[in-house]
Amino acid sequence: MIGMIALAGLPTFELQLSPILAIAVPLIGAFLIAAAGRWPNLREGVTILTAVALLWVVGNLNAFLEATPSKAEALVDVVPGMSLAFHLEPLGMIYAMIASSLWILNSIYSIGYMRGNKEKHQTRFYVCFALSIASVMGIAFSANMFTLFVFYEALSLVTFPLVTHKGTPEAIKAGRTYLGILMGTSVCLMLPAMVATYVYTGTLDFTQGGVFAQPLANGDLSPALFGLIFAMYMYGVGKAALMPSHRWLPAAMVAPTPVSALLHAVAVVKAGVFSVCKISIYIIGVDQLRLYDQGGWLLYAAGGTIVIASFIALFQDNLKRRLAYSTISQLSYITLGAALLWPISVRAAAIHIAAHAFGKITLFFAAGSIYTAAHKTKISELDGIGRKMPWTMAAFTVGTLSMIGLPPTGGFISKWYLMQGAWTAQSGFAIAVLCTSTLLNAAYFLPIVYRAFFRKPPAPEHGDHAHGDDHDHHDHGEAPLPIVIALTCTAAATVGLFFYPDLFTGYASMLADAMPK
Amino acid sequence: MESFGYFNYWLAIVIIMIGFYGVIARRNLLKQAISLGLFQTGVFLFYVTMGVYRSPDGTSGVAPIWTDAAKTGPFDNPLPHVLMLTAIVVSVSTLAVAVAIIVSIQRKYGTIEEDEILEADKRDS
Amino acid sequence: MDIELPESIRAHLPVLVVLLPLFGGLLAMFTGLVQRGGGVIAWAWSVLTTALMLICAAAMLQQVHASPEPLVYRLGSWPEAYGIGYSVDALNAYVILVVSIIAFLTTVYAKDSVMAEIANDRHHLFYSVWLLAIAGLIGITVTGDTFNIYVLLEISSLTVYTLVALGGDRDRRALVASLKYLILGSIGATFILLGIGYLLMLTGTLNMTDMHDQLVRMREAGDLVNNRTVFVSFAFLMVGLSLKMALFPLHLWLPNAYTYAPSAVSALVAATATKVGVYMTFRFVFTIYGGVYDTSADLQLLALCACLGIVVSSLSAIRQMNVKKVLAYSSVGQIAYIVLGFSLANHAGVTASVIHIFNHAIIKGGMFMAVGAVALRTGGTKIEDFKGIGRQMPVTMAAFTVGGCGLIGVPLTSGFISKWYLVQAAMQEGYWGVAGVVLLGGVLAIIYVWRLVEIIWFGTPDDPSKRVKEAPLSMLIPMWILIGASLYFGVDATWTADSAQAAASLLLNGGHG
Repeated sequence: MIGMIALAGLPTFELQLSPILAIAVPLIGAFLIAAAGRWPNLREGVTILTAVALLWVVGNLNAFLEATPSKAEALVDVVPGMSLAFHLEPLGMIYAMIASSLWILNSIYSIGYMRGNKEKHQTRFYVCFALSIASVMGIAFSANMFTLFVFYEALSLVTFPLVTHKGTPEAIKAGRTYLGILMGTSVCLMLPAMVATYVYTGTLDFTQGGVFAQPLANGDLSPALFGLIFAMYMYGVGKAALMPSHRWLPAAMVAPTPVSALLHAVAVVKAGVFSVCKISIYIIGVDQLRLYDQGGWLLYAAGGTIVIASFIALFQDNLKRRLAYSTISQLSYITLGAALLWPISVRAAAIHIAAHAFGKITLFFAAGSIYTAAHKTKISELDGIGRKMPWTMAAFTVGTLSMIGLPPTGGFISKWYLMQGAWTAQSGFAIAVLCTSTLLNAAYFLPIVYRAFFRKPPAPEHGDHAHGDDHDHHDHGEAPLPIVIALTCTAAATVGLFFYPDLFTGYASMLADAMPK
Repeated sequence: MESFGYFNYWLAIVIIMIGFYGVIARRNLLKQAISLGLFQTGVFLFYVTMGVYRSPDGTSGVAPIWTDAAKTGPFDNPLPHVLMLTAIVVSVSTLAVAVAIIVSIQRKYGTIEEDEILEADKRDS
Repeated sequence: MDIELPESIRAHLPVLVVLLPLFGGLLAMFTGLVQRGGGVIAWAWSVLTTALMLICAAAMLQQVHASPEPLVYRLGSWPEAYGIGYSVDALNAYVILVVSIIAFLTTVYAKDSVMAEIANDRHHLFYSVWLLAIAGLIGITVTGDTFNIYVLLEISSLTVYTLVALGGDRDRRALVASLKYLILGSIGATFILLGIGYLLMLTGTLNMTDMHDQLVRMREAGDLVNNRTVFVSFAFLMVGLSLKMALFPLHLWLPNAYTYAPSAVSALVAATATKVGVYMTFRFVFTIYGGVYDTSADLQLLALCACLGIVVSSLSAIRQMNVKKVLAYSSVGQIAYIVLGFSLANHAGVTASVIHIFNHAIIKGGMFMAVGAVALRTGGTKIEDFKGIGRQMPVTMAAFTVGGCGLIGVPLTSGFISKWYLVQAAMQEGYWGVAGVVLLGGVLAIIYVWRLVEIIWFGTPDDPSKRVKEAPLSMLIPMWILIGASLYFGVDATWTADSAQAAASLLLNGGHG
């Protein structure tokens, strides 16, 4: 108050909290990180400060949240009918909360990982990371399809240098697959779907109940074409990894583990399922889909992806690849939830976005921890590692439980709601898929835990000079401290989500309440 | 016989086509340039012949220089002729540039046969 | 930004934009009399000339926007039926501004590149011919007289042939490329001349507006039914113009000419020459034949050629081993986008064309500048010369990469805006296949651009000990102005979209200039 009085003569300056700020903070952070590139401690300090600032902004935006999307705030009109605009709504809030809170932990983890492995080009890494988070915020708060598309593409482009971080021919090849599939699907399917939306409805704004009711009702748009547009959107969002456009995700695993952890288990793939949900709810309109009987196939596509990806995961020996295929199948849980077209299942989808995020990031953190401490990437090498790295493997076990959907983890909550949704929708197929995949999840995760804790570590090979370099790693202990801190926190959060699911279920209920019954 | 009545146009088109054929078919660069000149000359002829206003009854119109309607008769419209003066200048300049380039090619390649030039390029790369 | 000019100049703007480079070019030759440093004087003189021209062009655009009628300028005050009339409306004022901007920036850029690539005793001649080429290009755009178009077209073409041939100092293949260009270009121009001849026979006039009025009169009198003269004139014009625009499959002259020309020339010509060809096509198709002659069948043929062109040229671009050639083939594809836009003949399509004229000019101009900078530093433009160059010339290569994103049509670059309107136009007509081709072109562009990006940023140089410097500022600034503009007009495309929509309305509503 005193400050206000003292400045009475001057124009009062009030910090307007808006979604734009949530994008600006990591962007400014990226510049500062680039500027501080020469002093690693300062650079990492800036990263963490930025992450904290972002969480503060996103947390405070919470107060402005209402069940229906707030009024769009246009940043710039690109051409008439197309603008960069942002708004607040529950689904975006869930996504932004997850990404911004996990970014802090991931930054701490990155410090341990990048230094522990003596990676090159660390400044580029942190800058691109901040830019990715800025894109994520743009996706989360986008108020129209164009804005979503812009930040979606931006996310693909800024994560490319992260995927190809190692610069090896293998990494470049993977980067090619990554960018090719993501950009290819979005340019060939999502863009025309978007143009078609604009041609038939004259708007790209996210609207409660979708934008297609009018042209469908007066026959400008045939239901078949409507179904086609829906399909183009669903497959155009390559980041949702609906089979067969999933191949980029295993390819992206060549990236350093912090990237796989936050981006390819949380931010990027969640951008995909987030877009799937957002497009289904606010552009296509769930009740339009039900009314014109389109989109039933999505249930089968998602169910198929869940089961097939789980099967493939069974046979992966590379830990990160197994996790990647697990991600593909878990993502389709969310798509499945949306495809059931019931408020309760959409709520389940929204909660699963959060539950999977915390669980999967823990698993990836653990994988990176093993790589840093023991330089092991294969599951067959993990015998007895639980005794040397108890913290890491304990956290890994928690993550595993969440993936399978067992209490006391967040995964149980979302699976519970999903089952309820499948029951409400009277979909035997969905129930069967959920049961099968739970068994498969257990089948490909529990053996790892078993190996780590109950098998004996292999005897050290003496006198083998070809593997002389590995000698140091036989006597490895736990990973560096920042890594352990980070993965303990996320594991704790996974358990916490079971006991206190209110924050995310609250958003999810808001979302479900706003939907037509 | 109507078609034959347009014989001057036929002639122009024949010259144009001979030139066009030469440009495409000749492998010698200088011959191509000469054919290009022929091609353009055909067009000049086409324009000039179009400027002639002459019908069998001898009453084609009034030449622009007259204002007297009584002076009706066959006449030549000067406009296409004037246009062709400009076009001839353009054509000559084109040939000049072409020949200048051909001379440079002769200096650098030692030949103006297209096949040999292509061969030389292939050897380079 | 308002430009205040005295009334005595304002009244003569349409002719000034042509006369400035025309006489500037003639005068530039006299710098050859200076024994040492004549080249620099010629360069400074050219920068001055093009800067003045740019000011005139900007002022003219304002004048056009302020007045409801097109500006008409009668040379020597002769009535248009006898003399030559210049006429400027929303379309050509816009194109003239685009050409002037590119001309000014490439002239600024040219200094170091010309120093390195052209023999010292020819600098004054280079700038002289350079300015004459610009005069020709601007002249085509400003004039309202069809024969004048032919003459100015030949002025610009002859000078460009010469400029391309000057690349022969470094690589003798430039000479052959230039001669090929000369022969095909002259055939194209002569076809245009024939087409104009038939129109003259029909209408007895050379002025475009007049021609259109006469055709309308004849159609109302029923003289145009099954009229073979009008058909033949249209056919000759379209073939000639397609050659000049390098529309597939008549594009064969373009790749080699762009590749072996001196770097500055590639930038200027790639950004302007074919665009002016497209402008001429607009004028003939819409201003003269619009509403008179049913062009729909011919436009469909053009659309087919354009679709094939997009696919074939993008595929060719992927296989090239010379970066300039990649860009040249990409230009063929991008021209096809422009042609595709207006051949759909609806509002969104023509808007897409007009926008893309501008967007492609700035993107491709900027990219050729970046390649020219590499040629200056490494002495070549082959793929090998680009290996790992991103680490040594980061500013230049960042511009190249952003430009590449523009070619792909990444959102928030101006390329996306063009694509947006183009796909919309195709869908409005219900041509989903055409929309598919446009998007396929985008995917192919990802491949050929990304191949270069990988080589630039991740490649290892054949000779790692070889160090090269970043490009000089005189190159970086114009390059980044163009690339920056492509970003700016991707974020806020209001100006380009409004100008293009005004031009599109003008062309489609009978299209009188």
